[in-house]
Amino acid sequence: MPWDRNDMAARAAQELEDGMYVNLGIGIPTLVSNYIPEGVEVTLQSENGMLGMGPFPIEGEEDADLINAGKQTITELPQTAYFDSAASFGMIRGGKIAMAILGAMEVAENGDLANWMIPGKLVKGMGGAMDLVAGVGRVGVVMDLQNKHGDSKLLKECTLPLTGQAVVHRIITNLGVLDVVEGGLSIVECAPGVSEEDLRAATEATIV
Amino acid sequence: MKKVYGSAAEALDGLLFDGMFIAAGGFGLCGIPELLLDAIKDAGTKDLTFASNNAGVDDFGIGILLQTKQVKKMISSYVGENSEFMRQYLSGELELEFNPQGTLAERMRAGGCGIPGFYTKTGVGTVIAEGKEHKDFDGETYIMERGIFADLSIVKAWKADETGNAVFRKTARNFNPPAAMCGKTCVMEVEEIVPVGSLDPDSIHLPGIYVHRIIQGEHEKRIEQRTVRAA
Repeated sequence: MPWDRNDMAARAAQELEDGMYVNLGIGIPTLVSNYIPEGVEVTLQSENGMLGMGPFPIEGEEDADLINAGKQTITELPQTAYFDSAASFGMIRGGKIAMAILGAMEVAENGDLANWMIPGKLVKGMGGAMDLVAGVGRVGVVMDLQNKHGDSKLLKECTLPLTGQAVVHRIITNLGVLDVVEGGLSIVECAPGVSEEDLRAATEATIV
Repeated sequence: MKKVYGSAAEALDGLLFDGMFIAAGGFGLCGIPELLLDAIKDAGTKDLTFASNNAGVDDFGIGILLQTKQVKKMISSYVGENSEFMRQYLSGELELEFNPQGTLAERMRAGGCGIPGFYTKTGVGTVIAEGKEHKDFDGETYIMERGIFADLSIVKAWKADETGNAVFRKTARNFNPPAAMCGKTCVMEVEEIVPVGSLDPDSIHLPGIYVHRIIQGEHEKRIEQRTVRAA
């Protein structure tokens, strides 16, 4: 059976290593924080100016001055540090953030990522996504392998405007996990009950 | 050297003109200079260009200046929460320049530090890089981005002393320090003006050199996405 949103988030959480500073994108990546393995301590960065992001507050303890990059109310932890946006993206651009886990619309076999804009539709903006993929040590993508029409989102070349060029390292999909390698994508792992043939059949990108 | 003013309107007196370029602090609705935005609305200044990460919502933040059609251009990284913004943009009434969020923050910081341009990997190979100088350093390609030099900075802090030394609270700091730095004049609104000497000099987030005029006022501090967990 293919993985669902929570399974993908749990699988993505296996990518995290003790001591990492990590930035999680909006959507399924946010769920990753629910599955951080026992014994692994990671510090979550929120690019609006915070290291050490805590869970949502309990009702009545929401603070208008304490939000995440999705503008949701959150809480701080004993080890939290705050800083301004220039410092926040300084640590992102400076390669201090070990990993970002982001959603995507398309990923190409060379690691190109498109996740911010569909021409002709309402364009909201790239926010911090272009900075993250250009700056962090490792970029993991979490997404369904196919769109709702059954078309592969793992492509030979992206059709949508790029967020970054050759920036993705690993893709965690509902059908399995793939790495960007020389010459295309390589299968790391299939979801339970999904065969390598199934994964190849669903994927447009070259699988080596 | 009197920096403290009685109201937002008084603090902005003589600083506003049609067609001006304003850098504003805030992220979403968090830490936005809501009192100064209200005063700019009342002043009716037109054809404004704003460097601001977001454009507020329809009835709060920069959104109120979109309602009155006072904004000509936005330089922002994300504008998704504002339907009037989208209407004006799609009808061609409003110009929009998307900047990656870190590029926008660094453009402000750089401008404030007298740096007219800098190189970054952010946006290489994307539409953001089109028309910009590319340069290789140590085998990697970078693009040049320009520092922002604004006519006016409007920012919001938690507390400041009468000389403008300022302290922000939690994630409401965000774009406020870099925005404060990049304007010819910076007007700051705070929740509390405290006597000189009462802030710890080791814990000042923004030194008063960047702040020219200060007002104290009541802030609504609206929450955009109220999210809670079970107790």
